[in-house]
Amino acid sequence: MGVTVNGVEHVRDVEPRLLLVHLLRDELRLTGTHWGCDTSNCGACIVWMDGLPVKSCTVLAVMADGRSVRTVEDLEGPFGLDQVQQSFMDCHGLQCGFCTPGMLMTARKLLDDNPDPTDTEIRQAISGQICRCTGYRNIVAAIRHAADAEAVGRGDT
Amino acid sequence: MTGTVEGCAGPGFGSVPRKEDGRFVRGRGRFVDDIALPGMLHGAVLRSPYAHARIRSVDATAAESHPKVRAVITGETLAARGMAWMPTFSHDVAAVLATDKVRYQGQEVAFVVADDRYAARDALALIDVDYEPLPPVADARRSLDEGAPVIRDDIADRTDNHVFDWETGDAGATEALFARAAHVSECDLVYPRVHPAPLETCGTVADFDRISGKLTVHTTAQAPHAHRMLYARIAGIPEHHIRIIAPDIGGGFGNKVGMYPGYLCAVVGSILTGAPVKWVEDRSENLMSTSFARDFHMHGEIAADADGHILALRVSVLADHGAFNATAQPSKFPAGFFGVFTGSYDIAAAHCRVTGVYTNKAPGGVAYACSFRVTEAVYLVERLVDVLARDTGRDPAELRMANLLTPDRFPFRSATGWEYDSGDYPRALRTALDMVGYEEVRAEQKQRRVAFERTGHGPLTGVGMSVFTEAVGAGPRRLMDIMGLGMADGAELRVHPTGPAVLRLSCMSQGQGHETTFAQIVSHELGLPVDAVEVVQGDTDNTPFGLGTYGSRSTPVSGAAASVAAGKVREQARQVAAVMLEVAADDLRWDVGTGGPEGGSFSVKGVPGVSVTLREIAMAAHGGLDLPDGVEGQLAASTVYNPPNLTFPFGAYVCVVDVDPGTGEVDVRRFVAVDDCGVRINPMIVEGQIHGGLADGIGMALMELVAFDDDGNHLSASFMDYLLPTAMECPPWELAATVTPSPHHPLGAKGVGESATVGSPPAVVNAVLDAIGVRHADMPLTPAHVWRALQGRPIRPDIAIR
Repeated sequence: MGVTVNGVEHVRDVEPRLLLVHLLRDELRLTGTHWGCDTSNCGACIVWMDGLPVKSCTVLAVMADGRSVRTVEDLEGPFGLDQVQQSFMDCHGLQCGFCTPGMLMTARKLLDDNPDPTDTEIRQAISGQICRCTGYRNIVAAIRHAADAEAVGRGDT
Repeated sequence: MTGTVEGCAGPGFGSVPRKEDGRFVRGRGRFVDDIALPGMLHGAVLRSPYAHARIRSVDATAAESHPKVRAVITGETLAARGMAWMPTFSHDVAAVLATDKVRYQGQEVAFVVADDRYAARDALALIDVDYEPLPPVADARRSLDEGAPVIRDDIADRTDNHVFDWETGDAGATEALFARAAHVSECDLVYPRVHPAPLETCGTVADFDRISGKLTVHTTAQAPHAHRMLYARIAGIPEHHIRIIAPDIGGGFGNKVGMYPGYLCAVVGSILTGAPVKWVEDRSENLMSTSFARDFHMHGEIAADADGHILALRVSVLADHGAFNATAQPSKFPAGFFGVFTGSYDIAAAHCRVTGVYTNKAPGGVAYACSFRVTEAVYLVERLVDVLARDTGRDPAELRMANLLTPDRFPFRSATGWEYDSGDYPRALRTALDMVGYEEVRAEQKQRRVAFERTGHGPLTGVGMSVFTEAVGAGPRRLMDIMGLGMADGAELRVHPTGPAVLRLSCMSQGQGHETTFAQIVSHELGLPVDAVEVVQGDTDNTPFGLGTYGSRSTPVSGAAASVAAGKVREQARQVAAVMLEVAADDLRWDVGTGGPEGGSFSVKGVPGVSVTLREIAMAAHGGLDLPDGVEGQLAASTVYNPPNLTFPFGAYVCVVDVDPGTGEVDVRRFVAVDDCGVRINPMIVEGQIHGGLADGIGMALMELVAFDDDGNHLSASFMDYLLPTAMECPPWELAATVTPSPHHPLGAKGVGESATVGSPPAVVNAVLDAIGVRHADMPLTPAHVWRALQGRPIRPDIAIR
């Protein structure tokens, strides 16, 4: 199979049953994507596939054949952190850091689609993910902070 | 002494961003499962499908012939090495791999080591175990019945499932007060079995070097030094040949305190194969077999006089400890710190009796941020006070206010012998009631109730509260130990010649920001920038010995150790400065400064402008100064902090819920939390920990439950069955702080990591029951449970619905 991950093409022989999360973590050594529950409930494994967030613990690696995958490692660009990364740091949107990559990937997608979400829309966007440390309040605040910062950057204020 | 002060003044302290975040937001954290060593193999555990069965035979020959399998470890393999059983933290033993019987569903039976994780799993299916099923004990209340199956027949002469009886308080004095009470309320309460469920499961990479004999274990260990001692005892490897490295830990909440069979099997796997062996459990394994929490069946009675003054409390508890007594708590406290069940109230007499029993369930018992069962104690007393209020027609806030301990009573010795260090409970409750707008919410509740009675439609509003007292930061050593190791913690601090410092700690973060908070403590003491202090933790070769944190011990114990070590370094610096300035050390005055890179400074009293900075002193200490005898040429100190007492953080929580009487669905509309954990080193981190604990409270009160059926089948073995709160169930928490310093902690700080988990469940339950007008129903108050309670037929939660 062939898959483009964070802009780099990889060709691999894989077992048909190999999960995408294990391809990323064990074969490509991109360990920012985490494995938390096996059942699509926790969202620690969220990556983008062709621009859409998917839970990579329930996607077979071969389903990514010919597709483009983006992981947390790709958020930081040549000019620094993505705004959602910066805002999670500024707003204490993480503690143990295990759910954080999945949260960041969802947050980035949300703000790409809806640059000015309400708090309820933010909560709905991350409702398929579990954080055991933050009680979500500072995650919501961080995503709100990122939206505001990007609005300022666009001159939308 | 109780002084209530505002703020968290001083250099170093304050809401500074966390040093650890940069790696986490980049996906560059290093968790156990991220580790890949050259030649590493993978382990998988075969688990029992039965809750109780005799093992007739284990045949691993087919698995051993799998082309990718390198080793299969069975109970027999371990028995030959004297490792089939391991000691627990609670005077018992637990099976590593079962040899005689399996005693709970999910118990470890065999371990496969293979080239990759998929092959290891494949090979499990090739192991043939011949089981003879036995009747299980799934209901703790039947465990002591005549003729109940004896679970622990491995113990000589054992004829029943009784583990211990423990009591505290004065039965006679309590009885006397009950006899003259104008009113007695009683209630049966189940605090059901729940699970800490950190998002990262437990795992290990064991690496045994056959040449040096050194074992390196990378593992999810909240208490690395305690683990090292356990490996030495169980595996017979000398302690200096064992190195435990706890990398980033993805949440612990007590789940990562214990020693699990998978860890030990990975060690044996590495010894047998000569290669590193990784074992990481999956979510089902985590939920089925690692340390659960609670499982207390309580009967409480509360006595009051005619004016509503609480006189006495009496409690009896049946504690379900599972198949092995493996609660990870101070060894002289079989029921943990449940003895603080008199809570925040001025109660003259109290008595409780706890009976522990074996059942065919996983062992554990103390986990999930419970402060050694203070969680159960707080739930009990806060629920009983609400029941008393209802039974006597009083407002629960007024009843609490009339019975709370007042600030002048501290230090306060409770009826069960605990000495609370400091507190101002009425102020916390008043603050919380003001924030929530208590009168307005009560008025709104009344309107909703009237509307419901008129139309039959909801929602119904409820208000619930709790005023909790926590007890955290175990020691002192003479009273509290884990397997003979006194509960103290160490710190080593060294200031480098050019000024920055390294602090080595015995405790290990599971996400609570030690790298930042402890750097702030050193900054506060020495005036160095927070960024100039490197914090080393989680590596037994590079940190001093200590018991570590289970949830709230870091600041009360290790934080104090860091402060004391920094104080020693400051006094060394004074001696060196005296030589530099050619004055007597007593003539020097310390000025902590503003946190610049020079650090604090010593100046000569009465001589303006003559001073040396810490940075200058550090260089001089290592330079050519002629130092007098007794003054070492370094700025470095170590300490072991043996806490004189626990710290007693407290708080007042008020929860407002809307309940749909048609479906039983609960919406937590508001949650106000006033916490007092003494001086706050980093208020941002403190608030974050409180947020997390409040979500735990929503989870336990409304959805989390480990349930079993009559056959002992575990019914909550995935996140589809074991429900955790998401962003949709959690309201935007409303927080406030009061600051009552601990008089015995060097920084005036108290622990806070578990406060909200301890304090929030009763507030949520009290709110839901207040909304639906039901005297008591057990957690979790799922829609089904609420609806049944509304019909007057509450469900017993811990066994499956038939």
